[in-house]
Amino acid sequence: MLNRISTYFYQRPKLVLALFLTPPMLYMLVVYLGSLFSLLINSFYSIDDFTGMIVREFTMRTYAQIFNIANREIVFRTAAMALVVTIVDALIAFPLAYYIAKFASPRLRTWLLIAVTVPLWSSYLVRVYAWKLILAKEGILSWFIHLFNLTDALDWLLGLPGIGGSSLSLSPIGMFIVFVYIWLPYMIIPIQTALERVPGSLLEASSDLGARPSQTFRTVILPLAFPGVVAGSIFTFSLTLGDFIIPLTLGNSKFFIGQAVYSYQGTGGNVPLAAAMTMGPVVIMVLYLLIARRLGAFDAI
Amino acid sequence: MPSKSSDTRPGASWGLKLAAFGTLLFLHFPMWIIFLYTFTPDETTYTFPLPGFTTKWFGVALQRADLWRSLTLSLQVATVATIAALILGTFAAAAVYRSNFFGRESISFLLLLPIALPGIVTGIALRTAIGGLDIPFSFWTIVIGHATFCVVVVYNNVLARFRRTNATMIEASMDLGANSFQTFRYVVLPNIATALLAGGMLAFALSFDEVIVTTFTAGQQTTLPIWIFSQLSRPRDRPVTNVVATIVILITFLPIFIAQKISAGSSETEGETK
Repeated sequence: MLNRISTYFYQRPKLVLALFLTPPMLYMLVVYLGSLFSLLINSFYSIDDFTGMIVREFTMRTYAQIFNIANREIVFRTAAMALVVTIVDALIAFPLAYYIAKFASPRLRTWLLIAVTVPLWSSYLVRVYAWKLILAKEGILSWFIHLFNLTDALDWLLGLPGIGGSSLSLSPIGMFIVFVYIWLPYMIIPIQTALERVPGSLLEASSDLGARPSQTFRTVILPLAFPGVVAGSIFTFSLTLGDFIIPLTLGNSKFFIGQAVYSYQGTGGNVPLAAAMTMGPVVIMVLYLLIARRLGAFDAI
Repeated sequence: MPSKSSDTRPGASWGLKLAAFGTLLFLHFPMWIIFLYTFTPDETTYTFPLPGFTTKWFGVALQRADLWRSLTLSLQVATVATIAALILGTFAAAAVYRSNFFGRESISFLLLLPIALPGIVTGIALRTAIGGLDIPFSFWTIVIGHATFCVVVVYNNVLARFRRTNATMIEASMDLGANSFQTFRYVVLPNIATALLAGGMLAFALSFDEVIVTTFTAGQQTTLPIWIFSQLSRPRDRPVTNVVATIVILITFLPIFIAQKISAGSSETEGETK
């Protein structure tokens, strides 16, 4: 009996393929893309200013609201933060990724990779919470700053307009540190993967042809690591764009996109505006992914 | 640094070593800080150095019924979401590995989308869809949300394993008279078992501490991450939160560690971790 069924399927590879493919695709298409579609539809609805009810008629009014000054500022502020976080993460991630890929012995390499990936997968929320402890006014970082007599420097930094605040745990500087910390593993792994694929013979060839180590690094290693940086930046950029936990925990009254969406749909009850607001990150990320694919970043993920 | 004789890698400069291990320290020390703070007697601030030493908060946390409810809910959600991800992810990986068909490349893209797009997009999209269909928010709406981004984890792990599996083994099994089911049971499954384990554990860890999507799909339910999140913005039970944070680290650490050990040990060409 089983043999007959087996033979039946064996002779019909297309049917088997369809059987394999249908459940995951049905799920992703119906649940995920279906939801995204419903989000898109909602962004074209609007809210009645008097009753606060959602008006289910096609309108561009909600999108027009996004371009008012307050929301434009939110989008700009978030994108700027995402960009700076991405660049700094790339700079911090590179030495470790380079060391793991090109210098560590195989045994050490395995352990280093585990040491990088364990924070990547472990609780994001708990790691944010850890920084609330560290950055608190009476916390360990302040204690160290005090120990090294740098309190004046900190006060000056916190006094800067735009990025300062009452303490590190309530300022854009604090948010920036936490963003950099939280997404760092997402940048290390793809760069390490990309560097791992650079054959040693290529580096030897470069030095045989007379390049100094610094020249080899600049003209051979860096360009080949670039797809890895792009792949990592997909995560650091996208995750910063949509995050609302870190701004809510460490930020001040100046909103970020995620926070705005969260409050528009939650306390504000304005689902259309929240939906329209998320379309910003969606468009940015889809473009980003398409460019990243062309740059070969998908192989490095 | 000791290295094999065949290994002609040059030594790293001190600057590079310092940068590399400094970064590692940066990645890990915040977790140690949390451990440290579980022992503080201080209830209202995060004072450092700790004003004393106590272990009473573990006992206090154990007595909290709301915590136990949240922990149970999170474990249940993660279990069901992981099972769903294992089935869907393995099916997708098998389909992509077996055959070349139109749109094959798009499948990876589609599966990657839930983790490549900001979580808030997935969250609010699901909320509008669930709300639009008048489905009440429940345990199942949380699971549905989690499964969307857990599938890709299993898919990546299993697909990477399939690609390293020699297809001739399957042919040999069939040639020797095994039917498809026997081949699956005795050849394919043992081959992908550890990949399933690794993918499943990562999916579990991912679901267990997910908060962004969950805030939009949960309704009245409080998962453990949502409980922690409420403490982040309005700290009421600081010492208990420290204990909970430590428990979460411990619960997720083991599966992640095992999963990474599996994928690091099974391949020379690393990199399918995410």
